[in-house]
Amino acid sequence: MSNGLVKGNAYTLGSIEQGEPCCDPIPHFSINNLAVSYHNEMVLSNVSLEVYKGCITALIGPSGCGKSSFLTALNRLSDMVPGAEVSGDIVFEGENIFDASIDVRALRTKVGMIFQKPNPFPLSIRKNLELPLKEHGVRNKSEIESKIFDALQSVGLWDEVKDRLQSSALSLSGGQQQRLCIARALILEPSVLLMDEPCSALDPISSGIVEEMIQRLAGRYTIIIVTHNLAQARRIANYAAFFWMTERVGKLIEFGQCRPLFESPQHSLTAAYVSGEMG
Amino acid sequence: MAMIDRSFTIIIWIMAGLVLLAFGWLVSDVVVQGAPKLSWQFLMDEPTRSGREGGIYPIIVSTLLILMTALVVVLPLGLGSAIWLAEFSSKSSKRVRTTRLILDVLAGVPSIVFGLFGYAFFCGFLDLGFSILSGGLTLACMMLPILIRTTEAGLAAVPQDWRKAGAALGMSRTTLLWQVLLPYASPAITAGLLLSIGRATAETAALIFTSGYVDRMPESINDSGRALAVHIYDLSMNVVGGDKASYGSALVLILMVVIINLSASTLSEFWLEKKISRLK
Amino acid sequence: MSEFLSPPKNIDRWLGIGLSMLMGLVALLLILIVAFLASEAWPVIQGDSWARFFNSDGWYPLENKFGLLPMLWATLAVSVGAVVLAFPLGLGSAIFIEYYAPRVIGKPFSSVVTLLAGVPSVVFGLWGLTELVPLINNVHPPGASLLTAILVLTLMILPTISLTSRSALSSLPAHLLQNSAALALSKKSMIVGVLVPTASKGIVGGVLLALVRALGETMAVLMVAGNVVQTPSGLFDPVRVLTANIALEMAYATGEHRAALFASGLLLMVLVICVVWMTSRLSSGEVNGYD
Ligand SMILES: Nc1ncnc2c1ncn2[C@@H]1O[C@H](COP(=O)(O)OP(=O)(O)OP(=O)(O)O)[C@@H](O)[C@H]1O
Ligand SMILES: [Mg+2]
Repeated sequence: MSNGLVKGNAYTLGSIEQGEPCCDPIPHFSINNLAVSYHNEMVLSNVSLEVYKGCITALIGPSGCGKSSFLTALNRLSDMVPGAEVSGDIVFEGENIFDASIDVRALRTKVGMIFQKPNPFPLSIRKNLELPLKEHGVRNKSEIESKIFDALQSVGLWDEVKDRLQSSALSLSGGQQQRLCIARALILEPSVLLMDEPCSALDPISSGIVEEMIQRLAGRYTIIIVTHNLAQARRIANYAAFFWMTERVGKLIEFGQCRPLFESPQHSLTAAYVSGEMG
Repeated sequence: MAMIDRSFTIIIWIMAGLVLLAFGWLVSDVVVQGAPKLSWQFLMDEPTRSGREGGIYPIIVSTLLILMTALVVVLPLGLGSAIWLAEFSSKSSKRVRTTRLILDVLAGVPSIVFGLFGYAFFCGFLDLGFSILSGGLTLACMMLPILIRTTEAGLAAVPQDWRKAGAALGMSRTTLLWQVLLPYASPAITAGLLLSIGRATAETAALIFTSGYVDRMPESINDSGRALAVHIYDLSMNVVGGDKASYGSALVLILMVVIINLSASTLSEFWLEKKISRLK
Repeated sequence: MSEFLSPPKNIDRWLGIGLSMLMGLVALLLILIVAFLASEAWPVIQGDSWARFFNSDGWYPLENKFGLLPMLWATLAVSVGAVVLAFPLGLGSAIFIEYYAPRVIGKPFSSVVTLLAGVPSVVFGLWGLTELVPLINNVHPPGASLLTAILVLTLMILPTISLTSRSALSSLPAHLLQNSAALALSKKSMIVGVLVPTASKGIVGGVLLALVRALGETMAVLMVAGNVVQTPSGLFDPVRVLTANIALEMAYATGEHRAALFASGLLLMVLVICVVWMTSRLSSGEVNGYD
């Protein structure tokens, strides 16, 4: 790939083909028996799955089945949610992220997150990228410059904004804002990107651009994406996980390679959902 | 039916008219009676014959000094507490709920009671005497709950998105606060600050036994100094024939307060626009 | 990840602790206020000597008679009277701005209300003293009276009621308006029957806030009420309220007299705490059943 991606995390292993595993599956996250509750009310339980390195894993399922809750447990953003409690194990790069010895801030630099609504800070485009860098100790001017360039390049935003890095990030279009947010996460050189419906607040064209960009990032980053757009999940994901709610508690119904899950689902609920009969 | 509806409309218009009338009466009275007194001389002269003649220069200086003293104390305390409430405390904890109740009570404490407290504590216990310092500190106590409430509201109105973004980037709350939240909320915070300054400028009862009565030019903040509002009170109640000068001072005071409050509302409006333009 | 020097992780903790200490100081202020009032008032409230505030028949400090009841009644009469007058006017003007005023009138009118909220109380007092008192004197001397105090105070607390009512009304969900319009209700029944009841919590909160202001107002009332210590028996009686009494006598009071003034400050605090407590009960939804 010819764009200026950050080098450190390149573990592209072979070509990415739809439906095929992108690589020898190496677990990046091993999730075991995860449960999430809010104010003592269980909303997600008994989730066990492996997220493979360098692959795109799509999370699908009806609204309220706990996909976002699952995602926020992975970078422990759930710590910030009042009343939220997470149990179970999540092993990330060899360590359980719920261990007391884990530095949550370091974890979050390795596991970046993109939200549904683009949320650039109300600062200039440059400041948006500079702020997290400085926060994590990068002070060297030229290093900052080159990291900003790399990050904007890899989300395809450089050519669009290089002449107005000083203008407010809020003056960008929705799609550009979302790509800026992705660049802001990438600039910390994470190995994982969590994306919670990153395209659903965007118009179809911007959504297409972001989707294309996500595909380009696969291989270098492990990507976990929540989407309600089944066609999109099918187009971009290597693996898919289907969640469903039974008695108001979310459960993982089926997990596996994307194409088989869509084409020959093992579970009748999955079959019904992906064929659009329910949900 | 239509009859009832119509008479209700008329009643509402009459009430609005009454409010307008009363306001018009009050303001025109102050302007008409105060304007003849108002001049550069009046603002720049020392008062003579107990204030019947001369100007109000030392009184304006004392008022500003008292306000400044109050601000020096109230800014760190008020902003710090508000930031803690908005950003560092968990909203549902017992401690926070108690604190809120305390703030509500403080906000309702009559200003004369603040005056009593200032008299006993600052003038007496801390031995600061009747002084600008005592008066300023007493005013600071009074301003605290107002400033805390408005600052906290300003911070609470900052979209949650950015706190999430900051946390997801592994940023500290401190950085996020300085770089993002406070700058964004600053117009609202400034508006709140101006509002509390407006209140303090208008205050009389908390100052009569704390900053004193002396209408001389204060030499330092340990000197006694008479605030403008106290001056108006004194002229109208204790000085026979002080009405004219009293109205002149009242006009000055109203103008000060109006300017402060107008800047506050302009700022909040500007802030609202900023928020709305973000939503688009 | 080693190239990222982690900044001091504890900074949030330290800042949090520092700020909570500032908050603690502010909370301490209330305790300090109550403590100092109580300690200054101690000579006259210790044991059961506080009882004489409520059973002796008058306020004669020179004879060591410290009956607070006449002034307490005056305080309540002035405050309640002002709230009773200001409530319809304030609510009416809020309704006017929200639902009746054409845009060209509504905007300046609401600025007028906001400006009125900022007028210093001494200015209200000055105006009442030089305009209202002579006027009422023509009807029934001496002019400085319960009625004058009520009128001046009404004007002072009206903006509080109007502003809070307005914000309660304007934050009503839009569908309420549409629903009631769809039911073909007349404008009046829509407002009186649906909108105002739905916003009642906010409106009552505003009224209680205004009541707190009225109970604590000193200067304006002092300047127009006539300041005679007596239980009010008519609107034209001159009266003295608790706050005014403190302002008038503090300058020269000594000994028990001074302690009694501090005690009346405590009494004011108790009144305020009661109303604030009611307000907080209201906002936590334990009183008003609506919503
Ligand atoms: N902060 C919270 N406090 C209490 N309950 C919450 C909170 N966040 C989510 N929930 C509840 O948890 C359940 C799962 O929510 P979650 O947001 O994870 O679902 P989701 O699958 O992401 O839905 P969607 O597709 O609509 O985004 C829902 O019933 C929701 O009401
Ligand atoms: Mg979600």
